[in-house]
Amino acid sequence: MSTWDYAPAPESRSVARLRTSYGMFVGGEFGDSQSGSFKTVNPATEEVLAEVAEAGPADVDRAVAVAGRAQQRVWGPMPPAERGKYLFRIARMVQERARELAVLESLDNGKPIRESRDVDIPLVAAHFFYYAGWADKLAYAGVGPDPRPLGVAGQVIPWNFPLLMAAWKLAPALATGNTCVLKPAETTPLTALVLAEICQQAGLPAGVVNVLPGAGDTGRAVVTHPGVHKVAFTGSTEVGKEIARALAGTGKKLTLELGGKAANIVFDDAPVDQAVEGIVNGIFFNQGHVCCAGSRLLVQESIAEELLDKLKLRLATLRLGDPLDKNTDIGAINSAAQLAKIRELSDVGDAEGAQRWSPPCELPEHGYWFPPTLFTGVSQAHRIAREEIFGPVLSVLTFRTPDEAVAKANNTPYGLSAGVWTDKGSRILWMAQRLRAGVVWANTFNRFDPASPFGGFKESGFGREGGRQGLEAYLDV
Amino acid sequence: MSERLDIHKTYKLYIGGRFPRSESGRSYAVTDAEGRFLANAAQASRKDARDAVVAARAAFPKWTAAAAYNRGQILYRVAELLEGRRSQFAAEVAAGEGLPAERADEQVARSIDRWVWYAGWADKIAQVLGSANAVAGPYFNFSVPEPTGVVAVLAPQRSSLLGLVSVVAPVIVGGSTAVVVAAEDRPLPAVTLAEVLATSDLPAGVVNILTGSAAELGPWLAAHMDVNAIDLGGVEAGSDMHTDLERRAADNVKRVVRAPLGDEPDWAAEPGLRRMSAYLETKTVWHPMGV
Repeated sequence: MSTWDYAPAPESRSVARLRTSYGMFVGGEFGDSQSGSFKTVNPATEEVLAEVAEAGPADVDRAVAVAGRAQQRVWGPMPPAERGKYLFRIARMVQERARELAVLESLDNGKPIRESRDVDIPLVAAHFFYYAGWADKLAYAGVGPDPRPLGVAGQVIPWNFPLLMAAWKLAPALATGNTCVLKPAETTPLTALVLAEICQQAGLPAGVVNVLPGAGDTGRAVVTHPGVHKVAFTGSTEVGKEIARALAGTGKKLTLELGGKAANIVFDDAPVDQAVEGIVNGIFFNQGHVCCAGSRLLVQESIAEELLDKLKLRLATLRLGDPLDKNTDIGAINSAAQLAKIRELSDVGDAEGAQRWSPPCELPEHGYWFPPTLFTGVSQAHRIAREEIFGPVLSVLTFRTPDEAVAKANNTPYGLSAGVWTDKGSRILWMAQRLRAGVVWANTFNRFDPASPFGGFKESGFGREGGRQGLEAYLDV
Repeated sequence: MSERLDIHKTYKLYIGGRFPRSESGRSYAVTDAEGRFLANAAQASRKDARDAVVAARAAFPKWTAAAAYNRGQILYRVAELLEGRRSQFAAEVAAGEGLPAERADEQVARSIDRWVWYAGWADKIAQVLGSANAVAGPYFNFSVPEPTGVVAVLAPQRSSLLGLVSVVAPVIVGGSTAVVVAAEDRPLPAVTLAEVLATSDLPAGVVNILTGSAAELGPWLAAHMDVNAIDLGGVEAGSDMHTDLERRAADNVKRVVRAPLGDEPDWAAEPGLRRMSAYLETKTVWHPMGV
């Protein structure tokens, strides 16, 4: 029998229109920072992609000031229907430049082009479309009789879905009449800056959207700035708590979308092949850099062996490599720091007695890579069952009864998402009711839509993004 | 016949459906608005607060699983029982708040009506806050509000009954359970309310009422890792204490309801949805559609 290998099918990198340097976007214009610049790297190759302006305290001051003026003089007083039309325009322009944005995202983030092209960028456009339509319908949103904007929103976003998180933050904030100071993550600033260019091309009034690249210090300056009335943060639970502490006593409205350690629960009557696909999608989508990743597999004891055999067969077919190759399933880990964290927690898994397994998988010589990995023999006390790894590492646990599955699934300070696989409808609803998580995927996993509210219980944060419920975070009601 | 001597009530805590004294053995004198002695109230300790959280957590699974219709009936039952003890509440409110009898009675009447208002919400709030979501794909997708869990309530310091009812009813109507610190200087209506709750079919532990100092108990409740949300209405907005409690609440990402700026709100006004939604989480469920 002959073997048919995949031929490389790389997306053209020139589509990304990569520039050597990117400025920050304040008051409708791009400019350098007094505070210097930093380099952003392609995690798949470790090559420097571009030099990016790093916003310092003076830049934050200026951005908040122009955002405040724009809110009071232009964006707030503007007829809501007109605000909505700007958002529709931005949505269209994202679609027009979708391929460019997808390639740029994969270059800067390391995620497979298949995902940036088919998931991230289409959802970005969809988010702007969805919230565009809300701008002149807020009185019907059910949040109160006279919903008003809060003012300037300070928004800090993570590196795992760089442009999508920017859209999740900007679209509802703008639709509700707020202006924005957005800080993208330091390892993935590029697509947010192209989105800023789209805002410019769309004729969005100066100061309505400001994008300040930088690291933790920049983010801290944005969220604690006295001219910021609303803070929205997506990222780690640790930083989320820090922000909540920093905002104590300020009266600022806060929403947090933090970490998770989701259980993906497979019952013995589940359609096994579909469940295997769901498990793979749950933990290996975006290299597991997903706050709602199904990182704990809870499988009913009676089918554990069969399911694991099939899962291992499936993992052996995953293709790891060049993010720009359209055949690639698993891309690069976003940064050296994240890779170190994944390695450390995986080593702890070994040390605590769990059994590690990875398919035969050649890792590229340069760049940050980690093979798809699963641990069996994991107990609830193991750190790999308790802590968010944020990488392609699955911890497998078993259960016997539905009650035990619920107890184990809920045995975490997090509560962002959960998955349930079973053919029995009543059991799905019974489980969905008992799982203490903001999103429950039944016989599916990792689905996202602008109309679908997303956010956590417990230490996974508060407030929702998406849907009618996502408006409340940006309104004084 | 000689004049009969009144029997005075012993005012105790309400934890897990029982009426213990403070484990600390402490009590404090409660006076009326003129400074005359009314009673000794139990002064709850950190240990009492922790016991109350344990009781509230233990009561949560059953209360959250109760049918909304059932929860509504129980809240209505509270109103019925309150109505039956109207004069007792009016006397306590009048003494504590220094109100003329007529105005005190009005406060009680409004408190009863507030229970009725919230009772009616039990099986409607999900329809108002929930949604069916039109996602772009072959999925059935819906969102429902679910209770946050255990809520610590620092009750308002002035409005000892109407304010109290206005902050406790929205916690439990949605299925959460409560640990309440009553108004420090005016705790008597809260203890009498506990007696009403204890006989109203409300399961033990759903509401726990502590008398004592919000300044003493607040920090422990704000930092407690098994408390999911906290209402800071009993401490002064903008005070260092308020900021400190907010900071402690961040330890486990509590939902925080801040004290309103300025004077206590007009508790007579219709409450709106905010207090209910503050203790409700949106849960969204996806399922594929297909044959």
